[in-house]
Amino acid sequence: MASSTPDGFDVLVVGAGPAGMAAAVRAAECGICVGIVDDNAAVGGQIWRKSAEEDVTEDAKSWADCLKARQVTVLGGMHVFDQPEPGILLAESSDNRSVLHYEKLVLATGARERFLPFPGWTLPNVIGAGGLQAMVKCRLPIRGKRVVVAGTGPLLLAVAAYLKAHGAEILKICEQASWLTLLRFATSLLTQPAKIWQGIQLSQQLGGIPFLTSSWVAAAHGDKMLEAVTITSGSETETIDCDYLACGFHLVPNIELPILLGCEISDGFVQVNDLQETNVSGVFCAGEPTGIGGVELALVEGQIAGLAAASRIAEARHLFGKREGFRRFARSLQRAFRLRPELRMLAGPETIVCRCEDVMYAQLCPYTSWRSAKLQTRCGMGPCQGRVCGAATEFLFNWSLDSARPPVFPARVESLVAVRDIKQQDPQKIS
Amino acid sequence: MRNEIALKVNGTHIVVPPGATVAVAVALAGQVCRKSASGAPRGPLCGMGICFECRVAINGQPHCRSCQAFCEEGMDVRTNG
Repeated sequence: MASSTPDGFDVLVVGAGPAGMAAAVRAAECGICVGIVDDNAAVGGQIWRKSAEEDVTEDAKSWADCLKARQVTVLGGMHVFDQPEPGILLAESSDNRSVLHYEKLVLATGARERFLPFPGWTLPNVIGAGGLQAMVKCRLPIRGKRVVVAGTGPLLLAVAAYLKAHGAEILKICEQASWLTLLRFATSLLTQPAKIWQGIQLSQQLGGIPFLTSSWVAAAHGDKMLEAVTITSGSETETIDCDYLACGFHLVPNIELPILLGCEISDGFVQVNDLQETNVSGVFCAGEPTGIGGVELALVEGQIAGLAAASRIAEARHLFGKREGFRRFARSLQRAFRLRPELRMLAGPETIVCRCEDVMYAQLCPYTSWRSAKLQTRCGMGPCQGRVCGAATEFLFNWSLDSARPPVFPARVESLVAVRDIKQQDPQKIS
Repeated sequence: MRNEIALKVNGTHIVVPPGATVAVAVALAGQVCRKSASGAPRGPLCGMGICFECRVAINGQPHCRSCQAFCEEGMDVRTNG
C-alpha cells in the first residue's frame, strides 16, 4: 500500500493531459502513492479541456473517473518552476507553493502551438487556433463572429469545426501545406480506421467552408484591434474583413522542464527508451514532448511510463506494439505539416518577434544564435521566457533553445526564497 | 447554481456566465489586457497560460494570467491596456 509520506509521492506526474492521466492511473493501480500536478485548475490538459457548457468526451471522463477511483492526488492550478535537487520539485499556485518529493517522475508536459510572426500578428483578436477554442470553452461569445482559421496542422480543422458548431462564421481555412502533401498524409491514414472516421466526421462538419491549401496569412490589419487579414498563395492575395484570426503553426513540445532536469533532447524532442524512461534514471517522459503524435499516442506512452515507473515492466511491454502503430501516424504528421520556406519571409523589418520585450525582426538579424540575440536584444527575456519567440526563431533563424535555467516558469519572490531555504537545509546534497 | 457572476473590470461592473475566465470578462468589457513595452494593445494569444500576453491584476495581485483565472463574484480586475 501507500509507502510515502503525505507530501511525498512514489510516482509524481507533471501534466494532467491524456499522457499524464494515463500514467498516473496505471501507476496508481498497484496501490502506490501517486500525485499529478498541472498548471490548469482542472485535469484534461488542452485537448480535453472542459467546457463550461458541454460534457467532456467519454474517454476524458473515464480517465478522470479512474484518477478519482485510484485516489491519485490531483494538484491543480500549480506550475512547477524548479528542481532544487533530484527528487524534489517546487511548484507554485496563485496563493501557495508546494515542495513535492518523488521517487519516480513522469514528465507529461504536453505541447503548445507554434506561432510565427507576420505583420499585425500582435493585434488583439489574432489568437492561436487552440487558443481561441480554449477561450470559447471558457465562455467567449463566438456566435455570429467572422473567423479566419489559418496556419498548419490537423488542429485547424478541429478548431474550425468546433467554432462553427458554436455559431461562428468561418470565412476561410488556410492550410499552408500543399494539396499533394495532404493527400499523401490522408493515404498514410488508410491503416488507421479511427483516424479515417475522424476525418470523415470533420469534413461533414466543415462542409461549405472554403478550405485553401498552399495558402497562408501574409498580414493582419487593424488599428487597436484586428479588422482584416490578408491571405496569400504566394502569387495571389486577398484581404478579408474578420473579427478573429485563429492562427497556429502546428505544435511544439513543452520541454523546458525536461531540459532543466537534464533530459537528453534531440531534434527538439525528449529522448526516451522503450519504457519511456529518459537518460535521467527514474525520470520518464510521455506524450507530445517525445514527439507530436496526438491523443492516442499520448495515452499509450503515458500508460507505458506509468507502468514502468511502478516497475510493472511486463505489462508495459504489452503496449509496445500499439505504440508503434501510433508512432507511424506521428511520423506522417511531421512530414505533412512541415513549414514551407516562404513563411520565413513574412516578418517585415519592423514586425515584432519577441512580444514580451517588443523586439523587432530587424534587431535580431545581426545575431547568429539564440543566446547572443537574448543577451543583446532581450529577445526571449520576458515572462514567457522565449516560449513563443523561441519556437519562432527556431524556424526563422535555425536557432536552438538548448538550455533552461530555474525558475523554469516565472515565480514569485517568496517562492524563490523558499528554494534558497530548502538548499540551506541540506547543503551537502546540492552540487 | 448561480447563473451569472458579477465582477469589475477597471471599475466597470460586468456580468459573466459561470465558467468564464477573466480574459473573457476583459473582452466582454471591451478592454484589452495590457499595453506592450512599446505601448501597443495586446490580448490573449495562446489561451493556455504560456504566452503571458493576457496578464492583468486580479484583486490587487499583478501579472495574473487572465486566460487561466476563472471569474469570481466581486472580483476586481485591472488591466493596463
